[in-house]
Amino acid sequence: MSATSMTGAEMVIKSLVDQDVEVVFGYPGGAVLPIYDALFKQNRIRHILVRHEQGAVHAAEGYARATGKPGVVLVTSGPGATNAVTGLTDALMDSIPLVCLTGQVPTHLIGNDAFQECDTTGITRPCTKHNYLVKDVNRLAKTMHEAFYVATSGRPGPVVIDIPKDVQFAQGDYQAPNGKQAHKTYRPQVKPDRDRIEAAVDMLLEAKRPIVYAGGGVVNSGPAASQLLTEFVKMTNFPCTLTLMGLGAFPAREPQFLGMLGMHGTYEANWAMHDCDVMLCVGARFDDRITGKLDEFSPGSRKIHIDIDPSSINKNVPVELPIVADCGFALEDLIKVFRARHTRPDEDALAAWWAQIDEWRAKQCLSFENSREIIKPQHAIKRLYEMTRDRGDEVYITTEVGQHQMWAAQHFDFQKPNRWMTSGGLGTMGYGLPAAIGVQLGHPNGLVIDIAGEASILMNIQELSTAVQYRLPVKVFILNNKYMGMVRQWQELLHGGRYSESYSEALPDFVKLAEAYGLKGLRAETPDELEGVIAEMIAHDGPVLCDIAVDPAENCFPMIPSGAAHNDMLLAPVPEGEEAIGAEGRVLV
Amino acid sequence: MPDGTIRKHGNGDGKGAGKRMMAKSGTVGQPGAAYTFEKQDDPVRRHTFAVIVDNEPGVLARVIGLFAGRGYNIESLTVSTVTEDETVSRINIVTTGTEMVIEQIKAQLERLVPVHTVHDLTLEGPHVEKELALVKVKAKDHSRRESLRIADVYGAKVADTTLESFVFLIHGSPEKVDSFIELMDALGGVEVARSGVVAISRGAQIAPI
Repeated sequence: MSATSMTGAEMVIKSLVDQDVEVVFGYPGGAVLPIYDALFKQNRIRHILVRHEQGAVHAAEGYARATGKPGVVLVTSGPGATNAVTGLTDALMDSIPLVCLTGQVPTHLIGNDAFQECDTTGITRPCTKHNYLVKDVNRLAKTMHEAFYVATSGRPGPVVIDIPKDVQFAQGDYQAPNGKQAHKTYRPQVKPDRDRIEAAVDMLLEAKRPIVYAGGGVVNSGPAASQLLTEFVKMTNFPCTLTLMGLGAFPAREPQFLGMLGMHGTYEANWAMHDCDVMLCVGARFDDRITGKLDEFSPGSRKIHIDIDPSSINKNVPVELPIVADCGFALEDLIKVFRARHTRPDEDALAAWWAQIDEWRAKQCLSFENSREIIKPQHAIKRLYEMTRDRGDEVYITTEVGQHQMWAAQHFDFQKPNRWMTSGGLGTMGYGLPAAIGVQLGHPNGLVIDIAGEASILMNIQELSTAVQYRLPVKVFILNNKYMGMVRQWQELLHGGRYSESYSEALPDFVKLAEAYGLKGLRAETPDELEGVIAEMIAHDGPVLCDIAVDPAENCFPMIPSGAAHNDMLLAPVPEGEEAIGAEGRVLV
Repeated sequence: MPDGTIRKHGNGDGKGAGKRMMAKSGTVGQPGAAYTFEKQDDPVRRHTFAVIVDNEPGVLARVIGLFAGRGYNIESLTVSTVTEDETVSRINIVTTGTEMVIEQIKAQLERLVPVHTVHDLTLEGPHVEKELALVKVKAKDHSRRESLRIADVYGAKVADTTLESFVFLIHGSPEKVDSFIELMDALGGVEVARSGVVAISRGAQIAPI
């Protein structure tokens, strides 16, 4: 290995280049000035200046999720690092590979309560997969390469490298990346145990009421895993449901797809989960939004759980057959073994199971009463979907968090993975706009739309400026119901309609706001205006913000009330005088 | 306490401690989860873990932070490097939990990047558990002789003495140390410094680092 002498700051840039990084999202400050100086003197790495460090991390997340490559963030010490914490936690919860470089005060000032000092490694320890404080410039390059390896291996996640300013100035030896395994001991298991795969096939062949329940792990594994999942489901004709994080891992328009499951999932998906006899869980983690009441979760089924992270297995729901592996490898082996058996599951039983599922489907749980006077939010998303459908795989959707997010998940169909970027685990309002910026940078020709709510968008509205600066033609599609809709819905269901602080008072004029930032602003107030606005938004070659005035009273259904089981769904508003959620459910989140 | 605070070792029966933890936290072993996932009658057991880790800055904070953040119990924790070049440390942890929680603790520990291996010594088979304590006893007149006699029975050594006190050094199983302290306490005030448990498996097999 050849060693070249350079400064720490130059090493940072060199190692980013050696790791094939193209874009860095960041914000300068005192403790990272040497790195920004090194950035200035090169033209390999593109730096995107955000307007708030949280935006930098979400943008890197969006980039990572849409491209499959790790996202890179560069922020300064103290407030730069603490502002990044929400994004890092978001990436940890959703298993997004990120490398976040933070500046730190010079080594001799650490612990001295220096200006813009904070204990970055201490603060970010619980919200990263791993973190480093580099005190010796000769360890910097190795740490950089190790960070990329750790962020992308096994279950992906965010990694922080804290670099004191004197280390950035110091001269040291650069080491080029050394093969794939950059950590001396960290080797997550990715290949499944063959016996377990055989046992899984045994169980699946005996199934009379099977279901495939897949999640974000399939998307994280790469597009090949989604293809394998599709192949497996089509080959077996088993019904398939996806989590919020997994949307796109199986094509939504295939007949085997039951829709999303969970709290705002479809009636058929949740009932099928409840009544199934064999459940194949692939890259999902039995999250509380999925399971509902745990002791009544799929009570009659035997469960197979494929996950790359052993700690996800038996955490919430005990399973009969755990398989620790990357979803891609596991699905590949599963298909091979299944084919080699030359037997089929009980076809009559499967036909009866599908007949049952069709009965549930007949409920048409996603239907809603449309209106001629007022724009229904579901209708707005349906029209957005239908009017962008001809763009096919080029359409990328990000969301903020709340009712609009659930409606988008319900009414927008995804045929391919990496087209749907939403904050699932942490539920971070303000995620969608910066994420859309990251997605657009990864796919310059894509049609990137942030489906937003008027409350969420205000949490990172400043990033409109970033979109304008880099001429990123992201579209912000605000479903404006003048409420923090999901909060209002829960207050209606749980707290007697006392809408404590959930009304969006003193909203800005979003069209004028867009224009003030230098982008196009559009507004639709009636159903007649909706299509024109959507068409204009798509046609405009540049960033657009659409303010769509929707029905403020609309609730998101179907819904499993907190503390209830899958077969206890609400399909429509509860008649007056009845309680949607019991006392026990009220204390849950 | 379910918040990862280090508790004084109980009476050697982890059950009592676990029950208290349950009553206090409501959702067993996983505070913060929206739904209880265990039946209240799942037995709580005491397990001893040996965790082999890279001896790097922050590694102990990672382990302790994991227990605090996920609401696991720590009964005792000891840590020291165990290789000549001081690159590898061994952390011995005594914890309590239901079977599901114990399985989670092992999996969560293994997930930490600097962790090489996690041995659940309680599950893996017979093992030796020892603890060391320094016990200061106020002892005058007849209690001087009595404390020396008890120390003799327990094989404790005198580490320091004045005309009015002894410091005894005792080592052995946690239960033995407990009962020694209890007897000394009956003679007068005691001050205790305990090392926490160190543990290793029995037999000829050497665990790889």
